[in-house]
Amino acid sequence: MATEAHGEAEAAVGMPQLDFSTWPNQIFWALVTLVVIYFVLSRVALPRIGAVLADRKSAITNDLAAAEELKQRAVAAEKAYNDALASARAEAAKIVAAAKADIQKDLDAATAAADAQIAAKAAESEKTIAAIRDGAADAVAEVARDTAAELVAALGGSADGKTVSAAVSARLKG
Amino acid sequence: MATTGTEAPSGLQIHPMDQFIVKPLFGDGPIEWYTPTNVTLWMAIAILGVTALLVLSTRRRAIVPSRGQSVAELFYGFIHKMVEDIAGHEGLKFFPYVMTLFMFVFLSNFLGLIPMSFTTTSHIAVTATLAILVFLTVTIVGFVRKGPGFLSMFWVSSAPLLLRPVLAVIEVISYFVRPLSHSVRLGGNLLAGHAVIKVFAGFAGAMGVASFVPVLAIAAMYGLEVLVSAVQAYVFTILTCVYLRDAVGEAHH
Repeated sequence: MATEAHGEAEAAVGMPQLDFSTWPNQIFWALVTLVVIYFVLSRVALPRIGAVLADRKSAITNDLAAAEELKQRAVAAEKAYNDALASARAEAAKIVAAAKADIQKDLDAATAAADAQIAAKAAESEKTIAAIRDGAADAVAEVARDTAAELVAALGGSADGKTVSAAVSARLKG
Repeated sequence: MATTGTEAPSGLQIHPMDQFIVKPLFGDGPIEWYTPTNVTLWMAIAILGVTALLVLSTRRRAIVPSRGQSVAELFYGFIHKMVEDIAGHEGLKFFPYVMTLFMFVFLSNFLGLIPMSFTTTSHIAVTATLAILVFLTVTIVGFVRKGPGFLSMFWVSSAPLLLRPVLAVIEVISYFVRPLSHSVRLGGNLLAGHAVIKVFAGFAGAMGVASFVPVLAIAAMYGLEVLVSAVQAYVFTILTCVYLRDAVGEAHH
């Protein structure tokens, strides 16, 4: 504790703050300093910083306005895109329907032509079949006649062709 | 501090006030009002500091600020808002003036924290100069703007009629005490802090191995002094704004 008392004693010896002979010097230099700082600040620093802050504020305001405008344009562009898409869809549906109708028409015509062709072919075939059937009946009659004549001859009978054929015809009809 | 008790009182030489001695920069002659002294030197360094902080850092005038410019803008915005909030819109005319006081006190306080430096704001002559400037500014501006109406701030119209003369006397006294409290608050705070650090430093020199105790104390005191330097600059400035409001603002009584 003695040391603290010692320190206090040292402090009491002289406070340079209360040495009034240095006051004019300090006051003079303090005033000079203040004037210099005042001119540096009021002529250069503060107008500059104020201008920078104002610039920034207006830049931010402008950017916000530009962003808002771009947003509006984006919305408009999206709307135009959607409209174009919708009209293109409608157009495509129309084209598809027209194509379908065309194809149906072609298909119908082709079907009709094919039907006609088929009918003609069927008629021709029927005619051919009838001819073949007739031919077959004649052939049967002839074979029967020949067979009958041979049988008669084999059994020892004799008969002329006319009689045999008449008898066979009667049988065939019968 | 005297836990070890090893130091010899006779060998302990602490001169905590030596750091405040005003010395001529050149030679050893008498100190006239114009003599360049260590006061001149450290005030010049303060001017350079202010210039570097607020002028050099903003020379690019960038929309997106660099670090230095951000600091300058921070100071600008801080004091600008303080003046506007406290002294009102009219007070903004005095913004460069208030900014000058703040930057000078702030820079001087922090320059004083550099070891071996000289703390100009620890001298009552300097702080009294600042405080009297503020006092004169407020008084002159008050009378110029309001005429004799400026005196109505001493006449508390919201108090009972009987009390008003008494309050007027108190108000007048408090008005004239302002420069004293304004200057002693700033000078005293810095003087005390620096002196205490120096005393602890003296202990550290005399205590040998145990000197880590005062060194730790110095570190703690130094942290406190950093705070004090900023807070006292702030307090000095905000009081300036409060006083300016009397001169330019609406009557607040």
